[in-house]
Amino acid sequence: MSLALEPVADPAAPLARRNPVAKLGAALLFTVPLIATLDPLTPTIGLAIELAVMPLFGVRYRVLTGRAWPLALAGAGILVAMVLFAADRNGELLLALGPFAITTGVLSGALGLVLRVFAVALPGIVVFATTDPTDLADALVQNVKAPARFAIGALAAVRLLPLLGAEWQALALARRARGVDAGRNPVARLRLFGSTAFALLVAALRRGGRLAVAMDARGFDSGVPRTYARRQLFTRADAALLVISALLSAAALTTTVLAGLFRPIVG
Amino acid sequence: MNTYRWRTIDIVIASIIAVAFGVIFWAWNIVWSATEGAFAFFPPAHALIYGIWLMPAVLSGLIIRKPGASVYTETLAALISALLGDQWGATVIPQGLLQGLGAELAFAALRYRSFRLPAALFAGALTGVGAALFDFFVWNPTYELWSYRVPYALLTVVSSTVIAGAGSWALVRALAPTGVLDRFPAGRDRALV
Amino acid sequence: MSEVVLRGFGWRHAGRRAWAVRGVDLRIGHGERVLLLGPSGAGKSTVLAALAGLLPEDSGEAEGEIEIDGLDPRKARENVGILFQDPQTQLVMARSGDDVAFGCENRGVPPSDIWPAVAAVLDRVGFRYGLDRPTAALSGGEQQRLALAGALVTRPRLLLLDEPTANLDPAGGALVRDAIARADDADATEILVEHRDLPSVDRVVVLEPGGGVRADGPPAAVFAEHGDRLAAEGVWVPGRPLPQRRAIGPAGDLLVRAEAVAVRHRLAPISLAACAGEVLAVTGPNGAGKSTLALTLGGLLAPTSGRMRAFGDDRPPHRWRAAELTQRIGSVFQNPEHQFVTSRVADELALGPRTLGRDPRPVVDELLERLHLGHLAAANPYTLSGGEARRLSVATALATAPRLLVLDEPTFGQDRRTWIELVDLLAGLRAAGHGVVAVTHDEAFVTSLADRVADLPATACCASASAQRVAG
Repeated sequence: MSLALEPVADPAAPLARRNPVAKLGAALLFTVPLIATLDPLTPTIGLAIELAVMPLFGVRYRVLTGRAWPLALAGAGILVAMVLFAADRNGELLLALGPFAITTGVLSGALGLVLRVFAVALPGIVVFATTDPTDLADALVQNVKAPARFAIGALAAVRLLPLLGAEWQALALARRARGVDAGRNPVARLRLFGSTAFALLVAALRRGGRLAVAMDARGFDSGVPRTYARRQLFTRADAALLVISALLSAAALTTTVLAGLFRPIVG
Repeated sequence: MNTYRWRTIDIVIASIIAVAFGVIFWAWNIVWSATEGAFAFFPPAHALIYGIWLMPAVLSGLIIRKPGASVYTETLAALISALLGDQWGATVIPQGLLQGLGAELAFAALRYRSFRLPAALFAGALTGVGAALFDFFVWNPTYELWSYRVPYALLTVVSSTVIAGAGSWALVRALAPTGVLDRFPAGRDRALV
Repeated sequence: MSEVVLRGFGWRHAGRRAWAVRGVDLRIGHGERVLLLGPSGAGKSTVLAALAGLLPEDSGEAEGEIEIDGLDPRKARENVGILFQDPQTQLVMARSGDDVAFGCENRGVPPSDIWPAVAAVLDRVGFRYGLDRPTAALSGGEQQRLALAGALVTRPRLLLLDEPTANLDPAGGALVRDAIARADDADATEILVEHRDLPSVDRVVVLEPGGGVRADGPPAAVFAEHGDRLAAEGVWVPGRPLPQRRAIGPAGDLLVRAEAVAVRHRLAPISLAACAGEVLAVTGPNGAGKSTLALTLGGLLAPTSGRMRAFGDDRPPHRWRAAELTQRIGSVFQNPEHQFVTSRVADELALGPRTLGRDPRPVVDELLERLHLGHLAAANPYTLSGGEARRLSVATALATAPRLLVLDEPTFGQDRRTWIELVDLLAGLRAAGHGVVAVTHDEAFVTSLADRVADLPATACCASASAQRVAG
């Protein structure tokens, strides 16, 4: 398994070509309001919209399932936590496991949470599957006026991500070669993990030091205002994407409120 | 020379800390197999993972020692986590920002002059508060207040203080003798070679 | 063209007692091509870093003066280009064209001028791919070529090259030398530090560790006068022969046998055997899977097909517990720092025996002595120089007395003295009945030491390698 960063979606799809900051902003604008409620209806509407819109971003459903497996785990965890700790146990009793009463209220609450997790995570997955990190950095600098040195510095470091992943694997093998392995004992496994993580941090910091020198050698800290080799334009279509996301999210919430199912997180 | 201006090495090292922790997290997910991952919701495992997740904010502050280090590194770490595909999507980004702000406030309260163990613990605690607040309101509202939400929040703050706070301080002390921190004040404390 | 003047220049890094370089007086004129030589520790890289204006003011102490065309190097940085030895940490962007454009962006070159300049310099260095080529998909040699383009795009008048081929295999090194030759600008002054395969230059300057310039003049004269002493100190002086160390007796029993062992996508099926009392060299171009084979033989990686039999054990090596593995097969990695686990050299050596429940002290003392690491017993392994780190990683593999030693590129980046020491050490192990497998692209190493060679083919499809006896 390796760390891969390139976009895996079809870059020619209409929405995939939108400005990266617009895409990220749309994802945030759409998902943050969805967090405001705990009922199952809002995330269902949200998910429906997201799945419908996905082909416009050029993301195939198969790619999505490949990247969405952590969500399934989260879902399982939520179900368990809800059975044990749910605050609201209204509704018909379905099953009693000792002191833990599983009622329809608990299940609908769990369903709401699980759907919420999926609805919130999906736009992020879509954005990062269709966005190249360099383009995102360029857009942040040119369209949002983020400080260029930080954006480029971050980009240079992120380029090393797959290399450091490979370095981790080499470090793990090297530890076995030194006679250090951990078997099933969790404490031993933790110590081994910690030792490998430390070595990785040293290797990463060393590379970082050399990278910084090389960047300075090419004039990174010269103080001269930087120019842009690649243009990132923020057009009306991008602004429209942002507005439409906000509107769709508001529509989902309004529907829930009108259906009387709105359950705010505060209050 | 303006000591608050970020040198290239400051920017790159802060970024590399975020990237390295991204790798460490990716490796963690592989080492602790899928079934154990789902039980990350249970207190002891959750607390441990969370503590490590909050380390970039404090570690960066202790090494770089300039305003903005904690916020920048923790937010970038969150961005990388979203990039690599985590279960919370892009919402980790505002959460990371809040966490980084916690540590930043702690170092700022000390006027960016104190970086020893008490400062690290303080920064760790406030980072934990940031994380706990986000979770309390966004992810945990459906659970029982006193048997889950409050203990969860307290555990987050405690583990953050210990792991992200004391842990980061110990990590800086372990890194200094290797020579990788030579361009930073933290690295100059080691003996002449 | 740049004129470079150093007057009594010295530099000490923060946290060090000794000066990295001291008392250097040097004058280099327009358009000269100069090779900077000296034993390790003479401060060659420090001088280049100083000329590039890269020495940090906040962590070190300077002495004397440097002028480039009469300017302080920090002000003259626009006209200086430098190439370092590790390609991976010089490339900044994910796409090749973007990386070259990085230098232009930093200097505020107007956008309309950037891409034509990029295209021109890529052509000048002979870069074969398009602007979109991902930098991670390039070979080491191509990455260095790209890095050279990045340094040249702003048309510097002084070009500094700090061991540009040191991290590359021979093919990559040839690519880079070719690129440097192609890009050669009669107008630019060039100062070069190189390690092995010294290029032809007009002038050689030899630095003395701890102070000053030992020699300065045309290569033939300098090597004639100082060649012996330099070779003894570890400089790869051209034309000096290397010792031959062949096996005295026949090979002993079979230690490890690989039968049609393959790793999907990384190594084509190969069969070979490693025996006690012989040195087997594994050669082949980049991408043939040499390192993968080393990992498989070392019991660190499970083959996806084929069988591994070792030491009469039914189970293949990758199924052994790590402690058991270290008693039979020791692995030495290409990057010594990968194998460091503790924070003191002595603890590193003690780790192996301790894991096996043995008393570490005699083993540690013996190895410190044998590998000349005694003075470093309390040092942090990460602060060791390249040669010292290499010796330490070999020592840690030997601490558990394995019968077979598998080494991945053991002579990589070594100076002549450490190279000879290593070859002698391995020859001694062979004579004592150990088996040695060395994955290497160093032809001199193969000629000096190897009893058998397994050559891995370039393509990963179906051809299996054959083991040939080395003539002589």
